[in-house]
Amino acid sequence: MSLELKNVEKKIGLDTHIYSTNLKLEKNTINILLGPTLSGKTTLMQIMAGLDKPTNGEIWFNEKNVTGMKVQKRNVSMVYQQFINYPNFTVYDNIASPLKITGVSSDEIKQRVGKVAELLKLSAMLNKKPNELSGGQQQRTALARALVKDSDLILLDEPLANLDFKLREELREELPKLFEDRDCIVVYATTEPSEALLLGGNTATLLEGKVIQYGKTLDVYNKPNSLVSAQVFSDPPMNITKIKKSGESCSFLDNSVNWKTKINIKDGEYKVGIRPHNITTYKEGNNSLEIKGKVLISELSGSESLIHFTRGNLNWVSLSNGVFQKNVGDEMNLYMNADEFIYFDENERLVING
Amino acid sequence: MNKTINQKAWFFVIPVFVLVAFNAIIPLMTVVNYAFQETFGNNVFMWEGTRWFKQIMLSERFHASLGRQFLFTFIILFIQIPLGIAIALTMPKEGIGVPICLVLMSMPLLIPWNVVGAMWNIFALPDIGFLGHSLNALGFDYNFTQQIGDAWFTTILMDVWHWTSLVVLLSYAGLQSIQPAYYQAAEIDGASRWAVFTKIELPKMKKVLTIAILLRFMDSFMIYTEPFVLTGGGPGNATAFLSIDLVKMALGQFDLGPAAAMSLIYFFIVLLVCWVFYTLMMRNEGNQ
Repeated sequence: MSLELKNVEKKIGLDTHIYSTNLKLEKNTINILLGPTLSGKTTLMQIMAGLDKPTNGEIWFNEKNVTGMKVQKRNVSMVYQQFINYPNFTVYDNIASPLKITGVSSDEIKQRVGKVAELLKLSAMLNKKPNELSGGQQQRTALARALVKDSDLILLDEPLANLDFKLREELREELPKLFEDRDCIVVYATTEPSEALLLGGNTATLLEGKVIQYGKTLDVYNKPNSLVSAQVFSDPPMNITKIKKSGESCSFLDNSVNWKTKINIKDGEYKVGIRPHNITTYKEGNNSLEIKGKVLISELSGSESLIHFTRGNLNWVSLSNGVFQKNVGDEMNLYMNADEFIYFDENERLVING
Repeated sequence: MNKTINQKAWFFVIPVFVLVAFNAIIPLMTVVNYAFQETFGNNVFMWEGTRWFKQIMLSERFHASLGRQFLFTFIILFIQIPLGIAIALTMPKEGIGVPICLVLMSMPLLIPWNVVGAMWNIFALPDIGFLGHSLNALGFDYNFTQQIGDAWFTTILMDVWHWTSLVVLLSYAGLQSIQPAYYQAAEIDGASRWAVFTKIELPKMKKVLTIAILLRFMDSFMIYTEPFVLTGGGPGNATAFLSIDLVKMALGQFDLGPAAAMSLIYFFIVLLVCWVFYTLMMRNEGNQ
């Protein structure tokens, strides 16, 4: 089983919503579409589902051309950011609705709904209506509707975006388990890099209607093929600075930071990406580089401290474990490890990682 | 919690009391005054107790006009609500068609009641009106000033023309608020158009439809100006709805006592029906 997009392109009027895209999704995988809003995730999903037709290109499913085939014949299910359930049906009838239309026997419906409801912890509320449930339970019902019918393709369009933090964490942890033993392709759209890392599988980074990179999630994270891909897959945003290398010595263009390196790339100027968690308020390891900054914003998130600071006219972000309260305007020292720098050339393509 | 006592707050409340007193309570109390007493002018009043109420409740004339009123309102709702929903469903959801449709739909609502009555009166006149003349030319024996059926037909047609737009606009607003994802989800399920209507659109429109039915009930139950100008309640008393009958009694015959009693009964019927209706429609919403 596989889903393949061949040169898929989507234009509406003069606007190109999806630039020519090639993508092959394999059976039993979770595929994450990661990108900011308006990067084309939803459009791409609707094309995959058959809710929308591509302007050019073809969609192949199981070695069969399904371009233009109606969504009802494609055995797909979809979960949306909004909690979409039939308002007048009970939870039970909502979950059963995709089965009823296909004409499954009522005994089997009962058994399958029961099983899915248990999986999603909905057994106690099968007789309630959606508007009597919390947001999390409504989205669980929508998930159950998607899971009940053994689809070949399950599409989830930012399913956790409308939930509050706590419910989001809870459901996010359960999600990978839900898809574990299923014979299907899962596509999951999200704006959050942390969600992609948690779900694993494969990730495609998207920006402005273009798929930037597709591969195993960790590979995409560790070896972004370009600066853009690295930026899409970094939250808080990645720090970028220009450096020059000659022989074994590297330095920032303003000479404020110098270090020795053994990496084997030719001399010249590079752009370096530094992930926020690689800049900390404390030294990690022996070869930490020290930089100075002026605190712009200091915020706490759980037990992590996010410190925005300025160097010259550039804004930087650092993420440290532990609680550090800094005053705005303070001068402070921060530390980073040159081994974790990601080097990009003048065309912003990856040169070397670390 | 410590409450600070601040008598100045009354300054903000008193204007509302005064306003409500002048526009609601005082006029209403005048009617109550007439409903329980007999007057011969010169500010001479005699206590009559519930006599006028008994008289009205037992009068065949009141029963007849109340019956006509309910029949009229029922027919109006039965036509306007489904028709309004149907028109709303066929209206475009985006593009240049939207403002055009909305403006066209709002036109009848902008015309004053008495103008509507006068317009339809001329429009339906059997000898010179476009509608009346055409119907007669087509072989129908149509004369709304002479025949009861024709008078009802014309009155109902006029009200449908005037007020269906309101139902359309409300339904349209309800439909527009349904997120596209609902339609997509139904499409994925393979739901039919009818299923989309009954399982998604109708439940989602429930609240606006409640408002639409309530507004149309109240307005049509209190209808006065349009039938007054169109038929004057005739032929005979065939289209003398409650308010027309009430005005005849109060100002035509100057039976102030019975008329006052009748207006109070009328008022309580409207209030009661609205309350019952609203409670029934909203009963399922209560446990949200």
